[in-house]
Amino acid sequence: MTNLTIGKAINAGLRAAMEHDPKVLVMGEDVGKLGGVFRVTDGLYKDFGADRVIDTPLAESGIVGTAIGMAMRGYRPVVEIQFDGFFFPAANQTFTQLAKMRRRSAGKLSMPVVMRIPYGGGIGAVEHHSESPESYFLHTAGLRVVSVANPEDAYWMIQQAIRSDDPVIFLEPKRRYYEKAEVDTEASIAEAAPMGAARVARPGTDVTLLAYGPMVKTALQAAEADTDHSIEVLDLRSLAPVDYPTVFESVRKTGRLVVAHEATLTGGPGAEIAARVTEECFYHLEAPVIRVAAFDTPYPQSRLEEYYLPDLDRVLDGVDRAFAY
Amino acid sequence: MSDTGVHEEPELIQLLTPEGELTGHPDYPLEISADEARALYRDLVLVRRVDSEAVSLQRQGELGLWASLLGQEAAQIGSGRALREQDMAFPSYREHGVAWCRGIQPKELLGMFRGVTNGGWDPHEHGFHLYTIVIGSQALHATGYAMGVQRDGALGEDGTAVISYFGDGATSQGDTNEAFNFASVNNAPVVFFCQNNQWAISEPLERQSRVPIYKRAAGFGFPGVRVDGNDVLAVLAVTRAALANAREGNGPTLVEAFTYRMGAHTTNDDPTRYRASAELDEWKAKDPILRMRRYLEGNGLADEEFFASVDAEADALGEQVRTECRSLPDPEPLEIFHEVYAEPHVHIDRQRAEFAEYLASFEAEGA
Repeated sequence: MTNLTIGKAINAGLRAAMEHDPKVLVMGEDVGKLGGVFRVTDGLYKDFGADRVIDTPLAESGIVGTAIGMAMRGYRPVVEIQFDGFFFPAANQTFTQLAKMRRRSAGKLSMPVVMRIPYGGGIGAVEHHSESPESYFLHTAGLRVVSVANPEDAYWMIQQAIRSDDPVIFLEPKRRYYEKAEVDTEASIAEAAPMGAARVARPGTDVTLLAYGPMVKTALQAAEADTDHSIEVLDLRSLAPVDYPTVFESVRKTGRLVVAHEATLTGGPGAEIAARVTEECFYHLEAPVIRVAAFDTPYPQSRLEEYYLPDLDRVLDGVDRAFAY
Repeated sequence: MSDTGVHEEPELIQLLTPEGELTGHPDYPLEISADEARALYRDLVLVRRVDSEAVSLQRQGELGLWASLLGQEAAQIGSGRALREQDMAFPSYREHGVAWCRGIQPKELLGMFRGVTNGGWDPHEHGFHLYTIVIGSQALHATGYAMGVQRDGALGEDGTAVISYFGDGATSQGDTNEAFNFASVNNAPVVFFCQNNQWAISEPLERQSRVPIYKRAAGFGFPGVRVDGNDVLAVLAVTRAALANAREGNGPTLVEAFTYRMGAHTTNDDPTRYRASAELDEWKAKDPILRMRRYLEGNGLADEEFFASVDAEADALGEQVRTECRSLPDPEPLEIFHEVYAEPHVHIDRQRAEFAEYLASFEAEGA
């Protein structure tokens, strides 16, 4: 067992993937000598060299576009987008090319590209450094979208994402990069939980509290704090596709569902999950599905982010609302 | 005012005058046999026939759309025939002549414009990527592919070169400029082949660039050259040189093939709304096929029998194209769900199952 932060666990996972397969490349802005602005690629340049750890020009569309070409040539590029808000220049390459290439080619081209994106707020950053763009990815056919909430998942899921022949958007909860836990890095990847599976992070009986990425910790804190209700916390892990059987099973047991995310409310992941749960668990629901999300406003200046981000109190308020019916 | 280079008259590399006189060029020596010259002429005629048949098929409702290459045959055949088997081409959506050189059957192209596929040929088998419609996107794919070639160590005299096709309009796109820069700083083995056909739908060249396109390369740190895009021999020689340079590890080149879109942008377009017919007449005098025919005739490299046989072959090809297009089968409805993902995907699987059941319910009613 190794005690790792989420950031170090991703680093160790990248290293393991690069050792496993010489076709795995890391590319992005400052990923080389600097090791990335969050140091997630620290040490890889030194050990794997400039051909496999590529400091790219400062152009996100160029990074994703050239990664597509590398994938066509048989490589498995892991692209780092430095911050969530800087994904948008790469939106065209991601949405019109990366996501559609397999179908356009009738299956003759695979796109084993992983796009790592540190995302979410809570670090007191300037504009464009705190966004939660996951809904754009969920809405795009051809992409897989995952987010990790603990070092164990960080270590294994980055390796699973790299082994996938589909493009994977790998969302890293930047304000949780320094959360630590024991990881058994000697275990086999075959024994790791599948990338698409949701996880019961804390069992409970009265209400299901569903979260992913940075909000999982907040959800667990809520479950701890609420002494009136037994809260079952689900860590979704995969946002596209969603492991609905696990979600439905939990909701049928508890009869209530609260979905919490940092993405804005309207058209967010919670909206789709609420619709599906309503279709599939209608007769089990004791209350409407409750969503606790960011407001439908641009991400505010950092001195306001504590009001904007769903925090422990807002999650608990959401749980209370689920019991008001 | 500082020197912007706007008023300098660009050099145009030309080996064959519009009158069919072989002048040659000291920087681009080209040895070409009579057989090779006749083969190029045949290519030019046949791809023009595929193109004109496709326009007719669109008018008859057999195709949803067609983007005509009329006038750009020499730029495409010259560059396409400069490629070696191991090379990789990244086309835009008008490169029917390059597709021809890479062994893509016309029916594959027609299938896309008919709406039965989104391309569907195997890019690796042909060394020819799928048509890319979002302007300029493929320049980055070509550059990334070339960076992969570098990492494979596949450079040298028998190495692999990559070519990216795009038009004058695409030079305004960020992706094209990012590709120039990525290729330059990585010294990637890629040739940027711009067919400057003077028009991006209705917008003339001066709406895209204040400097001659090939001159932009200098700012990115690699050579740029303007070639007469209606001179198949010059395009062949210039592209070959650029590919050799890339192949041998000397990095990218921007080739600007100066040509003219003699037809509409696509079959949905009406150029009479934005350009004068006199301009078209001027370019008709520089027609790439006419020029090659004059060269072959003037130098006794081909006789009437040859020209008649090419025309007969074109007629047969036209008939084949018409027949094949009309017999392309529509895909099955459930094909919607094919190859969205490489690995099983529960949402897609579920939606496919539900839709299959829905479709079957009509069959049950009809039974």
